[in-house]
Amino acid sequence: MQNILVYCEITEEGNIADVSLELLSKGRKLAEEQNVKLDAVLFGEKTENLLETCGIYGVSTVFAANDSRLFPYTTQPHAALMAHVCRETDPQIALVGASPVGRDLAPRVASELKCGLTADCTSLVYGDHYEKKTDTQYDNLLYQIRPAFGGNIIATIINPDTRPQMATVREGVMKNEPAEKATTPEVVNLDVDKIVDPSNFAIEIIERHIEPPKVDIKKSGVIIAGGYGVGSRDAFNKLFELADLLGGEVGASRAAVDAGFVYHERQVGQTGVTVRPKLYIGFGISGAVQHRAGMDQSAKIISVNTDPNAPLNQIADYSIVGKAEDVIPKMIRFFKANSK
Amino acid sequence: MSFRIIVMAKQVPDTRNVGKDAMKADGTVNRGALPAIYNPEDLNALEFALKIKDRVEGAEIVVVTMGPSRASGIIREAMYRGADSGILLTDRKFAGSDTLATSYALSMAIRKLEPYDIVIAGRQAIDRDTAQVGPQTAEKLNLPQITYAETLENIDEKSISVKRRLERGVETVKSPLPVLITVNASAEECRPRHAKRVMQFKHSRTVTELQEESRDYTELFDQRPYLTIQEWSVEDVNADVANLGLSGSPTKVKKIENVVFKAKETRVLSDSDDDIDGMMKDLIDSHVLG
Repeated sequence: MQNILVYCEITEEGNIADVSLELLSKGRKLAEEQNVKLDAVLFGEKTENLLETCGIYGVSTVFAANDSRLFPYTTQPHAALMAHVCRETDPQIALVGASPVGRDLAPRVASELKCGLTADCTSLVYGDHYEKKTDTQYDNLLYQIRPAFGGNIIATIINPDTRPQMATVREGVMKNEPAEKATTPEVVNLDVDKIVDPSNFAIEIIERHIEPPKVDIKKSGVIIAGGYGVGSRDAFNKLFELADLLGGEVGASRAAVDAGFVYHERQVGQTGVTVRPKLYIGFGISGAVQHRAGMDQSAKIISVNTDPNAPLNQIADYSIVGKAEDVIPKMIRFFKANSK
Repeated sequence: MSFRIIVMAKQVPDTRNVGKDAMKADGTVNRGALPAIYNPEDLNALEFALKIKDRVEGAEIVVVTMGPSRASGIIREAMYRGADSGILLTDRKFAGSDTLATSYALSMAIRKLEPYDIVIAGRQAIDRDTAQVGPQTAEKLNLPQITYAETLENIDEKSISVKRRLERGVETVKSPLPVLITVNASAEECRPRHAKRVMQFKHSRTVTELQEESRDYTELFDQRPYLTIQEWSVEDVNADVANLGLSGSPTKVKKIENVVFKAKETRVLSDSDDDIDGMMKDLIDSHVLG
């Protein structure tokens, strides 16, 4: 059948996780390019409530398993079901979120299917490959692109001979884009007792403490930070706009938090959180030692300040002399212009 | 009661501290020049195993690592900190293995160490960050798996309870034995070397190392068999070569691009369209954005 299959992770609140919606969006595009269909799996309880969401993202067939033992997630039952769907439908590509659940599940499934798996991809595109040894030409393989070696190299990984081509992707990497035209997915209900061996329920969950979602800027690969120099709560909205576009989070200096521009959960520095994003952009942040302690491990640093001698400039890769209100709209404009 | 804990460990290049010496003239990383270290989360895993050993009388810890000859260094390090013995899985035929082939090789070595009660590994290694080898080894051995372990709650002859770290909280799970556990960086740090153990194990060597060093340790090693670090080849673990190395690895590296690091040299820009356009292009081209 050679479709694209996405594992939809179900959140504590019973929704499809954001990372899975992003993968449905990416999966749909990959499916359209090859003129194949997008399929999804839903393993949990009352998954019928989530069919409409799948339809919004253009899913063709949903493989659903409903059983009280499937939530909260444990590895083996989900792995057995996922492997079963892969065997039955032979997808060319299977995508799983690089969340704690997905990174626990995907390797188990890949091992069972003896197929290749690439973790934490930052880009997925089709490409060709010629294998000299066997004189074989492969068309439209999935190029799975990911950083390795502590971010010192970017590797392109392919799986020429095994299917599905499996990859995990972190939340926020792919764009969340519903389909132009919603579908009404066909539903295939899976018989859990037939597919999952009772021994796969060996792990017993004794206790759980799950907190409601809150802002955690630590995990973000891009931090758009503002200082007191940004000026106001309203002016911070521009930072949020840029952060949304770049797939990042907004951070702040202590002075900006003390001034009430944003809450403490976004404070970067000694008395806030320590961040190590790929890219840190500071607007109107002078760069006191306490602030720098929380961000100087960032891979790339941009400092935007009207003061050319701001201490943050010394550790910045780019120092832009200017005002946030002038620079942000240009960053937005030129990011859009340069990214396809 | 015999109780065997197998700890998987990996020697990795220290990608966290890329110093000047490890940079090539073109600004790329010279991977060969990075110091080889004990993978950090594997040390958390060793501590987790030691905690179990502290609680279970008669428990022994066997460290298993796959790598070149020099990877025996981390077996010695583990023994200094409390492991009882180690196996170095080493053979040219293992080279080029991806996570699937690696987990196959490790699982074959672990099968040879039956009966065992628990297999423990770090969540992931810092050179590739895949977190795949643990779960894949569990699948090959048909064991239940507990990933992201943080705290040992309870252990007896038949079962273990572990608190694991999730995205937004914690969860305590109970598993029958045997089980495979991967340990998170948020778990307790590994205890330091023990002076007495350093004295006891400092001469431990693999046969290859003994041959390379011209000193004759024959008598010492006859008296103290625990000083021999065993080396296992593909044949020793009865592995099928077809499942190893490049031929046993479904993933292939199509291309490697070095990320070019420039010395921290600040580029001073104005807020002009040209300057900001150029900067955004650089960020996208170097995969920082997009």
